[in-house]
Amino acid sequence: MSDWYSSADLTALWLSLKLATITVIALLIIAMPLAWWLAHTRWRLRPVIEAIVAMPLVLPPTVLGFYLLLFLGPRGWGGELMIAAGQPPLAFTFTGLVIGSMIYSLPFAIQPLQNAFQAIGKDVLEVAATLRASPVDRFLSVVLPLAQRGLLTATVLTFAHTLGEFGVLLMIGGNIPGRTQVASIAIYSHVEAMDYGAAHALSLTLLGLSFVLLCVVFTCNRRVRLIGPP
Amino acid sequence: MSIDIDLKLMRQGFSLAVTTSLSGTGVTAIFGRSGAGKTSLLRCIAGLDQATGSVTVNGERWQNGSNFTPVHRRSLGYVFQQQNLFPHLSVQDNLLYGFKRVAQSGRTIPFDEAVALLGLEPFLKRMPQQLSGGQQQRVAIARALLTSPRLLLLDEPLSSLDTQSKEEILPYIERLNKSLGIPILYVSHSAMEVTRLADQMVLLDQGRISANGAINELLTNPALPLAYREDAAAILTGTVVAHDSKFHLSSVALPAGDIWVAHTKLPIGRQVRLQIFARDISLALSKPSQSSIQNLLQGTIVSLNDTNEPAQVLVQVDLAGQHCLSRITRRAASTLNLRPGLPVYLQVKSVAVMESER
Repeated sequence: MSDWYSSADLTALWLSLKLATITVIALLIIAMPLAWWLAHTRWRLRPVIEAIVAMPLVLPPTVLGFYLLLFLGPRGWGGELMIAAGQPPLAFTFTGLVIGSMIYSLPFAIQPLQNAFQAIGKDVLEVAATLRASPVDRFLSVVLPLAQRGLLTATVLTFAHTLGEFGVLLMIGGNIPGRTQVASIAIYSHVEAMDYGAAHALSLTLLGLSFVLLCVVFTCNRRVRLIGPP
Repeated sequence: MSIDIDLKLMRQGFSLAVTTSLSGTGVTAIFGRSGAGKTSLLRCIAGLDQATGSVTVNGERWQNGSNFTPVHRRSLGYVFQQQNLFPHLSVQDNLLYGFKRVAQSGRTIPFDEAVALLGLEPFLKRMPQQLSGGQQQRVAIARALLTSPRLLLLDEPLSSLDTQSKEEILPYIERLNKSLGIPILYVSHSAMEVTRLADQMVLLDQGRISANGAINELLTNPALPLAYREDAAAILTGTVVAHDSKFHLSSVALPAGDIWVAHTKLPIGRQVRLQIFARDISLALSKPSQSSIQNLLQGTIVSLNDTNEPAQVLVQVDLAGQHCLSRITRRAASTLNLRPGLPVYLQVKSVAVMESER
């Protein structure tokens, strides 16, 4: 192992995995109710919300990262809010990375979930209600099992997408080894320093990991679309 | 025992306003054209749609003013038009879904009984997709029953099925009410289903109740459009009293007299429903003898009514408390000088027993 990776690189890999895991968990908690609402609302402005959710697909990550940096920095609203609460601003912190990753991966969590929820429809939930299932019970016993493929797709895509993130993270987190230097940024540093061997080691690791994860998605869910209408 | 409803629902282009008391026993058909609001009414009673007003089912208050019991806390069984089995659960787990969610003390229908009643033993291990539409609907009915409901709501449960599947399910529904005694509200736009199943009937038209009463009364009421349908018929209730194996006939006792029907395997003493079409009854002033029509009943004319067909009149006849209809020519009515209060003999050309033999 140590022949392949320096200890700084191992830390970067570990940070990447930690970031991806936390992002998946936090994002699913937010994405599930939002995707449910998008799947069932008849609100006229739903397309606007859908467009906002899909924005990270088309925006250059640097644009997203730039505005997040302004927002979370000491002079932004988010930063001022943290300072008012007696906390340091979130720019250049791991928490800042999590927030950036969640926004950047939002469409990758929302779209598979929204597809899955739409496919379930309201009928089967009404049936469950007439069979004495409370709303929470209906979600656990009907929605989750029927949406399990969508859930798995959302999880794996978010995880893989977060591993591969670069622009947003660099803008918002900088390149602080041990704190915000994730694998993709470490690769960039190695290339800048002409250390192609180290860059190879990390790059091949991410390549292999991403390939395996996508294989899982496409094996479980034959109709997955990474982009496109829900 | 009654189901008291006072419900109002406003929707774009449609309003429902129903205040009535329905029988808390037997099968009550909610009958009307599509768009009359039958399904809306059933959904509002169940609480699937929230109307304003009140619903009380055999003493249990489900909705009153701002008190609205959510669907999952109402003791009801609901069978939808579409089969709607949970696709991720086996037939057995579908059946157990509601059963498990009812406290043990509240279960009045054992699992095995519901399975046997709807003939589901061979399917328990299968997945819903492996069943035909009719079989799926039987599972849906059993699944609803297994919550031991105080009221069973069936929303056109046969409408999505082909004729053969309908015939396959009807006997099961007939048995439901008889063997379990759960009151049933049955939404339908099929006169055939209603005459087969219903004890009482509610006529719904544009979100309003236009008539409500016993099936015999409503089908034979000359003030209602049902009496003027081409297939207008009376449903009479009688008891099987004898079987004649020589001539392959059975005898059914009506309050107005005995009547021969095609041989049935139903046991003696069993209550049966007979359907007699208005076009199959002719009237005579004196007792006809030596006729090929062997079924002869005595009754009294209640009313004579004009029909769309100027050559015909519709005669409503009282048969010792039950009513039936006879469609005859205006010429015959005039020649015989038929009038209300006149005793007549009814020659019944054809009778159908509306009961399956299973």
